Amino acid sequence: MHEHDHLEAAALEPAAAQGGGFSRREFLRGSGAAAAATALATGQGLAEAQQATKPKVASGKAPTTIQLTVNGKNHSVKVETTSTLIDVLRYQLKLTGCKPVSNDGVSGASSVLIDGKLANASTMLAMACVKKKIQTVESLGGTKPDAVVRAFVHQDAMQCGFCTPGFVVAVRSFLDKNPKATEEQVRAGLNGNICRCGTYANVIQAALEVVKGGK
Amino acid sequence: MAEYSWPAQGSTALVGKEQDRTDGIEKATGTAKYAYDQVFDKMLFAKLLGCPHAHCRVKSIDVKAAEKVPGVVHVAVMKKWDDGKGKEIVPEVRWQGDHLACVAAESEAAAALGVAAIKVEYEELDVFVKEEDLEAAKEAGRTNEGRPDVQMEAEPDENVDESEFADQEFDRLFKEAAVVVEGDYGIHSITHMCLEPHGSTLYWDDDKLIVWHSTQMVSGVGGNFAEILGITAGDVEIHCDYVGGGFGSKFQANAWGGVAAEISKATGRPVKMMLDRDLELKIAGSRPSGFIKVKVGADSEGVVTVWDSVHWGTAGANGGGVDKGNIPYVFNPPNRRRKQIGIVTNTGPEQAWRAPHHPQACAITQTAYDDIAAKLGISSYDVFLRNLASVAPKKQGVSMAETYREQMEIAARLIDWKAKWHPHGKGDADGSIVTGLGMALHTWGGGGHNSKCLLKVHPDGGVETFLGSQDIGTGTRTAIGMVVAETFGLPLSAVKVNIGSSTYPVSGPSGGSTTIGGVSESNRRAAQDALEKLAGLVADKLKVDAANLVAKDGRIQEKDNADNGMSWKDACRLLGMETLEVTGEFKRGPKESPLSSIQVGGVQMAEVAVDRETGVVRMEKFVAVQDMGLVINPKTAKSQMYGAVIMGIAYALFEERIMDAKTGAFLNCELTDYRLPRLGDIGEIVVHLHEPESEYNRGVVGLGEPPVISPGAAISNAVANALGVRVPVLPLTPKRVLEALEKGGNA
Repeated sequence: MHEHDHLEAAALEPAAAQGGGFSRREFLRGSGAAAAATALATGQGLAEAQQATKPKVASGKAPTTIQLTVNGKNHSVKVETTSTLIDVLRYQLKLTGCKPVSNDGVSGASSVLIDGKLANASTMLAMACVKKKIQTVESLGGTKPDAVVRAFVHQDAMQCGFCTPGFVVAVRSFLDKNPKATEEQVRAGLNGNICRCGTYANVIQAALEVVKGGK
Repeated sequence: MAEYSWPAQGSTALVGKEQDRTDGIEKATGTAKYAYDQVFDKMLFAKLLGCPHAHCRVKSIDVKAAEKVPGVVHVAVMKKWDDGKGKEIVPEVRWQGDHLACVAAESEAAAALGVAAIKVEYEELDVFVKEEDLEAAKEAGRTNEGRPDVQMEAEPDENVDESEFADQEFDRLFKEAAVVVEGDYGIHSITHMCLEPHGSTLYWDDDKLIVWHSTQMVSGVGGNFAEILGITAGDVEIHCDYVGGGFGSKFQANAWGGVAAEISKATGRPVKMMLDRDLELKIAGSRPSGFIKVKVGADSEGVVTVWDSVHWGTAGANGGGVDKGNIPYVFNPPNRRRKQIGIVTNTGPEQAWRAPHHPQACAITQTAYDDIAAKLGISSYDVFLRNLASVAPKKQGVSMAETYREQMEIAARLIDWKAKWHPHGKGDADGSIVTGLGMALHTWGGGGHNSKCLLKVHPDGGVETFLGSQDIGTGTRTAIGMVVAETFGLPLSAVKVNIGSSTYPVSGPSGGSTTIGGVSESNRRAAQDALEKLAGLVADKLKVDAANLVAKDGRIQEKDNADNGMSWKDACRLLGMETLEVTGEFKRGPKESPLSSIQVGGVQMAEVAVDRETGVVRMEKFVAVQDMGLVINPKTAKSQMYGAVIMGIAYALFEERIMDAKTGAFLNCELTDYRLPRLGDIGEIVVHLHEPESEYNRGVVGLGEPPVISPGAAISNAVANALGVRVPVLPLTPKRVLEALEKGGNA
């Protein structure tokens, strides 16, 4: 059995594979149940997991230590098969810019960049992120905040602020791909994030400010 | 004590000028820490078991298996089988999701498995959730009928039966009316959908409970925790630097906050208890629905002479609904009969939702006013204008009718009403697409809440203010800094604003658009008093009259001779070794204050495009004009206006709570299914802060609620104008639009 297959089997049927009294149904009921379900249903999480190198234990019970590269630094974190990336970022690395709004990813509040591509940390299994470059919203801050951050502040593209970090990451990702986006393209291309306070009008202006060279 | 006042309009350095919010970088880069974001060593994760049934008796709860789930540390049953006085009872659950038990575990996953392992015996009872169906509610015995509230120009003779007289009088008035509209209108229940769900992260420090709580009431909610726990409020410390949305629903500790504190006490460990999304929607707050049957008569000019309505709706298990005092909304026709019926449903309890009752009242009554315009074939603008004579007369010296008239002119100009308007249903079609214009108007009280602050001026020139207020996203932190900095002639960055802790002086809850008024009052007062003291020291030193000194450009100097003065720092050095501490206090009362005021008006206009084939309504343009007295920070004020309009678009076109009629299950309680607008759905939004000198001179009023009121009616009226048919019930989903087109209707 290849190690990849081992991981797949463990992720799908931990109980059967390990004899650990842990059924697949229970696994799906756990943290990020919908996340895991989505990942399994779409195969996304598994495909990612298959490319990862061999965590030694994947039983769903005993935690295992893996290395994650977050914002350019390597971190040893303890995970179970069910651990989602968002939980590891928030509760082990205390990077709480990644927000738990819905565990199915429809809100975009847990947006991160993985190898430069936009992803929802709430629908990623932590194990699937080994050997990948994870970038959180915190990496856009620091002493010289990113142009998107500055534009969000200048255009006041935030109210309660809970969706804002996810939006900032989404706008950064969108503008990386569309640095000369028009207003029409901005309105069409940034529909993966939900804001309840109603900051969309300001977000549009923030994105356009970055396109124009910012302030 | 200083004579409190604002600088004359146009003479300010900061107030009224757009400032970036001071915590913007923290929010945008994820370093702002919410209650959900607090992480403590050995912290437990707690999850609730919500009742799966909408109406039942809970016969037993068995948590043995849950306690054995690996990682589960503590399980608490939250229902009691006695009434607290020794009498045995079987607890009744009246809405789906009601809290039954709480599991605390080493991880969220383990807590969820623990919850799933709890075994409950239920006895299911009858369920009723059809809030829109008055006849079904009557049949099910689920109505609370109120007495009709009648206002008539004619008075009955002494010996005449009043209700018979009213019947005859209303018949007569309807016969004499040039036009009569009879219609049904409605708006469904929605939820608050705070993106940061309700909850807290808490721990005990000896006998003191420390709570990081997601709340709109930093200064008061500790008392609520204390009440639940049977301790004194002095032993509860509330912290809340940021709140991830509240909208009126976050004033309490809630049962789940209480149980989290109990579990923390029992285990000696910090506990994080934040609601899962489905429970957030089911139990943490909803806005009552409103449905109405209206008969309204008007003269040939569209001026309403008689209004007769019965309306119903639900606020949950206690009935309730939209208060009849707002029917019809803003307008007060001379002859008016209104009856309210509350419907008792097995749905989650209401919480105040941004401008309680107003958006629904506006949506179900100003639509009827618009249908008068449709029936007469005249412009809605003219009908609204001609009915202004019936609105409440004054707001502190300013005529409301006059305010609305001015605002209507501004809004009409901004949306180009005259050029774009066409009679209802008579516009040019572009294929299957028709466009339309609609308007609505609203009012709100606002004004300042009670607020106390402690202002410190240090001998080194440092300035800080402390108050137990909160910034729920409106920019309160920034506005406080602006008020103090303006008073001292300092840059905004020179003032440190400390809010979000119950250890600071008591400041009011953020509800009813009262925060900006309250915190501006306390801080302006404290700063003016502090400046008076400092100016006294400077005057002594420079041998000038203190009354001639002003704080400007980082100096305290003579009004007419800027050279005679000293820097802020030098002035503060005159304090010697002692920090100057000043308390600023405002108590809301009947007496008028020079710094704040109450009562605002707003006018909104919508332009929509409707596809008659698909039923999809697309926002083209939306204009919102609003007065709010003196505007502290126009940048954040405009953001609130944009936000309110977008929240309005949400309930006008997208969101509603959908209940299963048979089981009472909340069907769309996940974000995937609970529809909200996205960035591409909002069209062009234009906001206008209406601040003539007469408004500025009234002082600060508040803005949170008013602009969220009119969008429902304005958008519904625009759709009716486009189609020539009224889509009676909000949200105006494609299905409802197509059904209305098929049926014809009353526009």
